[in-house]
Amino acid sequence: MTDSLPTGERRQLAPPLIERGALGWMRRNLFSSWANGIITVVLVVFVGSILSSFLEWAVFTANVTAATGSECHGQGACWALIVEKYRLIFFGTFPYEQQWRPLVASITLLAMLVMTSDRRMWNWRLLVIWSVGSFITFLMMFGQIHIPLSLFLAIALLVGGVGMSLRKAIADAGEMNAYRTLAAIGLIGLALRIAGILPAWSLDIAPLSYVETGLWGGIPVTLILASYGLVFAFPYGILLALGRRSDLPLIRALCVGFIELIRGVPLISLLIMASVMLPLFLPSGVTFDKFLRAQVAIILFAGAYIAEVIRGGLQSLPKGQYEAAEALGFNYVQKTALIILPQALRVVIPPLINTFLGFFKDTSLVLIIGIFDFLNTANQALVDPNWAGFPAEIYMFAALIYFIFCYSVSRYSKHLEVELNRGTRH
Amino acid sequence: MRKVMMAATAGFVAVVLGTAGTAHAGKELDAIKARGQLLCGVGTGTAGFHLANTQGKWVGLNVDVCRAVSAAIFGDADKVKYVPLTAQQRFTALQSGEVDMLSNNTTWTLTRDTALGFDFTGVTYYDGQGFMVPKKLGVKSAKELNGATVCVAPGTTTELNLADYFRANKMTFKPVVIEKVDEIRAAFFSGRCDVYTTDASSLAATRAANVPAPLTVEDFVILPEIISKEPLGPVVRHGDSQFADIVRWALFAMVEAEEYGITSKNVDEMLKSDNPTIKRILGTTPGMGKALGVADNWVYQIIKQVGNYGESFDRNVGPGSPLKIARGQNALWTQGGLQYAPPIR
Repeated sequence: MTDSLPTGERRQLAPPLIERGALGWMRRNLFSSWANGIITVVLVVFVGSILSSFLEWAVFTANVTAATGSECHGQGACWALIVEKYRLIFFGTFPYEQQWRPLVASITLLAMLVMTSDRRMWNWRLLVIWSVGSFITFLMMFGQIHIPLSLFLAIALLVGGVGMSLRKAIADAGEMNAYRTLAAIGLIGLALRIAGILPAWSLDIAPLSYVETGLWGGIPVTLILASYGLVFAFPYGILLALGRRSDLPLIRALCVGFIELIRGVPLISLLIMASVMLPLFLPSGVTFDKFLRAQVAIILFAGAYIAEVIRGGLQSLPKGQYEAAEALGFNYVQKTALIILPQALRVVIPPLINTFLGFFKDTSLVLIIGIFDFLNTANQALVDPNWAGFPAEIYMFAALIYFIFCYSVSRYSKHLEVELNRGTRH
Repeated sequence: MRKVMMAATAGFVAVVLGTAGTAHAGKELDAIKARGQLLCGVGTGTAGFHLANTQGKWVGLNVDVCRAVSAAIFGDADKVKYVPLTAQQRFTALQSGEVDMLSNNTTWTLTRDTALGFDFTGVTYYDGQGFMVPKKLGVKSAKELNGATVCVAPGTTTELNLADYFRANKMTFKPVVIEKVDEIRAAFFSGRCDVYTTDASSLAATRAANVPAPLTVEDFVILPEIISKEPLGPVVRHGDSQFADIVRWALFAMVEAEEYGITSKNVDEMLKSDNPTIKRILGTTPGMGKALGVADNWVYQIIKQVGNYGESFDRNVGPGSPLKIARGQNALWTQGGLQYAPPIR
């Protein structure tokens, strides 16, 4: 018995070649039975033929150098159209020689979104990123920014007020006094400004030529509408969600009424209301900027949806959390901001990102009120008679850009889900 | 009695002063001048009429009307802010003052001219319902369409006009009624129907823009018959007749210039012309601009910067453009068309 195996040690034979690696994977998954084998072959042939004719059209016979649309006809894809029109598609009717400005604005916006996605930034840094980023974005888009005195005063009042309630009984006397002073300056200043005693002073920053919102178009418009829609809708949605769970009947009724009203109508009807009905109610000659009206409509709409998402998070918290916070002597603001919301929001981040994705694509609805978002500028490229007859190329290009945005956000959402659940995974 | 007379006189004077006041004040015009910019409502993108080109600049026949008005008021055709408006928005935008004027393929009808509180100032483009057929059918006139299959959109006046026309000419047709424009086009180009009918300008745009790959523009003809009236023109609000006059005469000036052979190329030489009519038009004999409340060289500025009506038509929708729409009803009255401008004198 010399060839007997040593005890406690088994020789591991490699599995047969056909069970291993790519070959084995194919056998297990694609050819596990005759029927599966046949289906695999049929599908491969089918997909292959579609793919080959698509590649034939999109790559091998494509034309990227034609000077006009007529040179493109009778061949494959006319990518020359995209080459010719990409600046119109990306930046719309923004003055041609100044189009580096929306480019910088778009890059700033994207950088802001990327930085926001990093969890290490989720504190006071977020405020800095968005203040600086927004300043650069709108300075680039408008070319000139006039910050009125009232805005500074309002910010002072807001910071003071929030600090006073949030840091009550936590901060030392000096810090509290600072908040009180800020709030007092803001309040008194605003009162004097409204009474007309303080002059209408404003900080003018005007390094570039002014470009009004009517000329904006393309990617920056889509990004601004979607990101600022969400940025403003988020705190607003939190307030709505808290209001809906409030003990005060009036506030609760108002919040429920608002949420149900907004959720009961399509976004398109809100946009039409904002662009067609609202001007009729205003006195003649008083007009709000069309872009601003659309932005407000999107904020209101997104707010109602976010409120419902956040309410889900609030409801998932056990009652003990509320009671524990109260037992520690926290007031309502402290309880909500320090105990409840951090837990509730963590639960709802994935559905929130889902909402964001939805709104990123929904912004294209603004084309029905004549705002040139990315999809609408792509449409402009489509109707040019010199380049007529290539809708497939334009829409595929637009779809590709949308896909790049949405897919990266969706991957990020998945990564975030894993990261956030690390603490609670068993 | 004397009191009544005095009151009546006072009232009369007040009315006269009042009307004279509004006629002279021109509050819209003052607002436009103060703003330094004309707010012109255009459409959201129709080939040849209003469209943002590759550089993001608005071009088209309707855009040229905005530019002409700007040239008349400011002496500079570029002082226009274009506000793209959809069909639903356009009237509210004009009523609420979001734009000063519309130049976006709006059909002139009685209700729009009166009940909505607007004034149409002229006709930029005489449109009307037409027919398009594949060339291989060999049809030269709509009268030869007996028994044809016709693609048409439902619930529009287009459908009714079609039925009326065939009945009046004792012909029969098989309608293929499809709701969506894209699907109608696809059905026509794939040969499901022999004829596609809608507004002639839209037919031309469809032919220029939507013919699928192996076929070309040359494979389709638009028949000469036009079976309905769709006069498209600029619109202003009630309330400032002076501004309405400027919009009206800016377009007339373009037509008048074409009639007298003044083009953007030869306008500088025409300044030396001895023809009294041309001298009045170009302002070398002053007076016309003053009557209108603008600079005396207003027509010179329009023609120099925008061109006459024929040039604009040719460049945007006519033979000089991919749309290749024939002048047809939009030819000058001297050439059998409908474009007719009252004399500038």
